[in-house]
Amino acid sequence: MNHRMTVATLALMGLLLSSYLWFWKIGMLGDLACGTGGCETVQLGSYGSLAGIPVAFFGVLGYAGLLGVSIIGVQPRWENNRDPTAWLMMLSGVGVAFTAYLTYLEAFVIHAWCRWCLVSAALILAVFAASLVGFFRWPPEPSR
Amino acid sequence: MTAKRGMKNFYILLGAIAVVGAGAIWSQRNSGDGSGVAVTIEALEAARGFEGYSIGQAAAPVVVTEYADFQCPACRIQAILTMPDVIERLVRTGRVRWVFKDLPLDIHDKTRAAHLAAACVGEQDRFWPMHDQLFYGQNEWASSRGAERRFRSYAETVGADMDRYNECVRSGRYNARIEASVQEALALGVASTPTFIIGSRMYPGTISYDRIKGIVDSIAPVQTQQ
Repeated sequence: MNHRMTVATLALMGLLLSSYLWFWKIGMLGDLACGTGGCETVQLGSYGSLAGIPVAFFGVLGYAGLLGVSIIGVQPRWENNRDPTAWLMMLSGVGVAFTAYLTYLEAFVIHAWCRWCLVSAALILAVFAASLVGFFRWPPEPSR
Repeated sequence: MTAKRGMKNFYILLGAIAVVGAGAIWSQRNSGDGSGVAVTIEALEAARGFEGYSIGQAAAPVVVTEYADFQCPACRIQAILTMPDVIERLVRTGRVRWVFKDLPLDIHDKTRAAHLAAACVGEQDRFWPMHDQLFYGQNEWASSRGAERRFRSYAETVGADMDRYNECVRSGRYNARIEASVQEALALGVASTPTFIIGSRMYPGTISYDRIKGIVDSIAPVQTQQ
């Protein structure tokens, strides 16, 4: 599995997770699984939305973008092109910065931790790390 | 050939994750169509033994019944983040009568005492301020050894007659009623807290103000003046 496949797998997990939080936020789901009240505090508070859009929806968009670029990147036409990896690195870099801001809010402003948000933070960090490795170890070793 | 097989395995992996993840999300849905879970008339009738703690006009067109546990974190969130809006915009405007019913869960060690304290303050017509004290202070008393002492302090804060309060708690005279409320909730099929019954539909889990308003609007639309 090369770095783009790794990113695609992680991005799909992130997409499912952020969709779950988004669906919950818009009232389509019941209790959050494994909840301690932290996710409810974070999501139902004033920081749960940006410009009226649920924060989780930004996660849906971001992970969908990462998934799309990484799937394109594994196609034969693009596999020897470095651009998709550069895009993955930039997109996930923005994701890491946004996640850092949200984690700061959880720690110092809201004073509540959402477990699912922390899982998402781990996923986006892993995506960013995989993209960095792929970018700086270019070209990849040819598969045998 | 190997590369092709690798791609095939990759797509199988993605497909498996997508199916498992989507299935897990699908299994969590409760009312994606906004219709909730139907409650039988018989079960509703059986639950009418205890009227609950009510706020709002008796003639309000929509009654929302909340089954909640004072030690439940999600109930605290509901009380702190959503209830102020509900009371301001739906209860005070006469659209909703809100009814709180006791559902102390066995998994919480101090919740029965909290519900008893609320009942004892409730007999002095101060249930709702005590309700707020208990939820806003949940983090203090839920992990404290002196929970009863905290409850007494809350009762004093909301202006309860402390002699009556102390006598009430000592007698435990509301324990049976609290247990009856639990039994009623179980008879209705309430499995978690908070759970809401709005009209004749049940909505488990915390719900946002916007969703409550949407449901209320669908049951009793606001009459616009011509």
